[in-house]
Amino acid sequence: MGLVSFLRQCQAVTRYNIETIWQRRGVSAVAIFGIAGVVGVLVAVLSMAAGFRAVVTGQSRDDVAVVLRSGATSETASILSRQDIQVLEEAPGVARGSAGALVSPELFVIIDRRKIGAGTDANVPLRGVEAAAFEVRSEIEIVEGRRFEPGRNEVIVGDGASLSFEGLLVGDTIDVGQSSWEVVGRFTAGGGLSESEIWTDTRVLQQAYRRGNSYNAAFVRLTDETGFDGFQEAIEEDPRVSLGARTQTEFLAAQSAPIEVFISVVGWIIVALMSAGAVFAALNTMYAAVSSRSREIATLRALGFSRLPVVFSVVVESVVFALVGAAVGGAASWFLFDGFRAATINWASFSQVSFAFEVTSELLMQGVMLALVIGTIGGFLPAVAAARRSVVGALREQ
Amino acid sequence: MSTFTLISAALRRKKTRTFLTFSSVFFAFLIFGVLSMLRTAFSMGVEMASEDRLVVRHRVSLFQLLPQSYEAEMEEMPGVVDAVHMTWFGGVYQDPSNFFMQSPVEPAEYLDMYPEVELSEEEKTRWIGTRNGAVAGRALVERHGWEIGDRIPIQPTIWQQQGRGDDAWEFELVGIYESAVEGFDETQFLFRYDFFDEARSFGRGQIGWFMVRVQDPARAPQVAAAIDAAFQNSPAETKSESEGAFAAGFANQVGNLGLIVTSILGAVFFTILLVAGNTMAQSVRERIGEIGLLKALGFTAGRVQRLVLFESVTLVATAGFLGMVMSAVLERGLRSQLAAYFPGLALRPQDLLLGLGLALLTGLVVGVFPARRAMRLETAFALRRL
Repeated sequence: MGLVSFLRQCQAVTRYNIETIWQRRGVSAVAIFGIAGVVGVLVAVLSMAAGFRAVVTGQSRDDVAVVLRSGATSETASILSRQDIQVLEEAPGVARGSAGALVSPELFVIIDRRKIGAGTDANVPLRGVEAAAFEVRSEIEIVEGRRFEPGRNEVIVGDGASLSFEGLLVGDTIDVGQSSWEVVGRFTAGGGLSESEIWTDTRVLQQAYRRGNSYNAAFVRLTDETGFDGFQEAIEEDPRVSLGARTQTEFLAAQSAPIEVFISVVGWIIVALMSAGAVFAALNTMYAAVSSRSREIATLRALGFSRLPVVFSVVVESVVFALVGAAVGGAASWFLFDGFRAATINWASFSQVSFAFEVTSELLMQGVMLALVIGTIGGFLPAVAAARRSVVGALREQ
Repeated sequence: MSTFTLISAALRRKKTRTFLTFSSVFFAFLIFGVLSMLRTAFSMGVEMASEDRLVVRHRVSLFQLLPQSYEAEMEEMPGVVDAVHMTWFGGVYQDPSNFFMQSPVEPAEYLDMYPEVELSEEEKTRWIGTRNGAVAGRALVERHGWEIGDRIPIQPTIWQQQGRGDDAWEFELVGIYESAVEGFDETQFLFRYDFFDEARSFGRGQIGWFMVRVQDPARAPQVAAAIDAAFQNSPAETKSESEGAFAAGFANQVGNLGLIVTSILGAVFFTILLVAGNTMAQSVRERIGEIGLLKALGFTAGRVQRLVLFESVTLVATAGFLGMVMSAVLERGLRSQLAAYFPGLALRPQDLLLGLGLALLTGLVVGVFPARRAMRLETAFALRRL
């Protein structure tokens, strides 16, 4: 068979197939919705992972160092003294701003707030900061109200925290232990982890929690990204203090490690099982679709069409179903889940991280790729089976 | 001809189709099994919680310490039988990824409070006689290959030893506890409070939280309120709630997994119903002639209907059943993989039963329309299609 004749046959059979889809709408709809279900779930699960990762790594910077007491892996487990902070301010590689070294000593405590939608309390981080914090973390931006005033019981709340917990709107008052705090502003942090926190003045927080002059961590802005190694060596080998430094990128990656393990192990087990189920379901529907047309296919063969164009046209049809299914499933999951707000616990700091599901175009492409694979396999095997049957036998069948 | 012969002939009529339907249903139930296990793990023991135990913690958060002296005060209160305390140690064994719960306790009192924790008399005596002695759950011991008598170094992240900076605490493993209660955390590491309190560099006399046993579970809310009232306006106010409420709150911290699991399962079952239902319908369509023949041979409409229904139930329920069996097999593997994060991972008998029931129900739902169609076929019309 010549190439031209082959192509012409392919075109004819494929067009015939597509024109008759409407007459076979029941079977076709099953194939499409089957694929839509699989793609929809895949995209939803991965969009949750993507949304979480975006928050946790959103503030990854190599020119900011996180300093904790040596051996501590999280802020809650670390204590720094005023003397530690002075050592940091004199360390090499530290950037300087209008008010001296860009070192932000911070206090990290956890308070209970009622989680929206759950009706129970959850651990929300309350961070005490000084003016330097806003210079070290330049991504912080007040989007409503104003900054807290030093020395007063005022707080500003992260965008994520105000969406996930009750009573954290500008103007609200929150009671913590025996003191009350007024919410005076709301801030964003480039989508990063700080948006899940409440911030206030360090001095006020130290007094409320009887922490004297101690801190949990220091965030240090370096002159540039190459300065980290020198800075780290200087402070870790300083005999006056017992400190450990990591870049903010490393620190955040370690923080999210347990959740990443969960997402990769559990998420992929579910996706793998679903895909296996989906391939069988798709094969089943395509077998059914082809087998209900075995007479038609035999008729085409009797009319002189050869096997290859018949196989080709069935695969094309199956792939078209898969793509339509992917579009339906992807659209449904975008509509239902994009921007869906959730909060979960970050095991490393034992506090809540608020995040939004992110249905990205990359994820939608992954859904489409999966659909293509399922559609190709699901169409190819039954098409070969149909094309190999004897024409006479198939024509006699109902 | 027996019903069994007829059904087995029908299923063998198109082996590919039977195999494919079987496999897709099998995977659907495997997913059901795995998701049920995860949901159990996430509920963090809400259902295992004892009704007569309260959790008493600092009002501001679990991470604020309380004075140990509260224990004696609470034990004097009406309705309270006993109180024990625990503290979050949060140390690291070898690598931070080897996460497990560690807490100092008072051995004899702790074992009285938790009858779920089973420790032999001999191990108990050894624990009380060894100052740096520790006991660990069976699952934890197996994960790290420990043996009785091993010295286990734990790097402090919060609690340093006085004058020893970041040096590891060294414990001697004197006992391995087990629990007959399905899903009870067998990954805890417990050591002696007196040893801990004397050696720690700060916070002496301060503990993390109390477990309080009440006399009458029905009066637990009143006792909880009385405890909170007693410590009101003190520097360390408390928050008391039942163990179940505490566990439920903790599970909510992780997130609304129930909703996510249910939506995934909904999508999966919808898809499977659609596919399996379509296959059964088609299978009946193709056999119209044969069904007509059965009717002509004297099979009643009811019997034909039952045949098709049985066929569908046999296929779907067998596949579903095997899917559930397979998830029970997977449970073991997943447990060792995820034990660090989800100590409560388990396929509960009720979930297993629910899965089996669902398999049966799916078979019925899938078969009911084709079966009705087979029943209503007119014999003469059907025979023409033979």
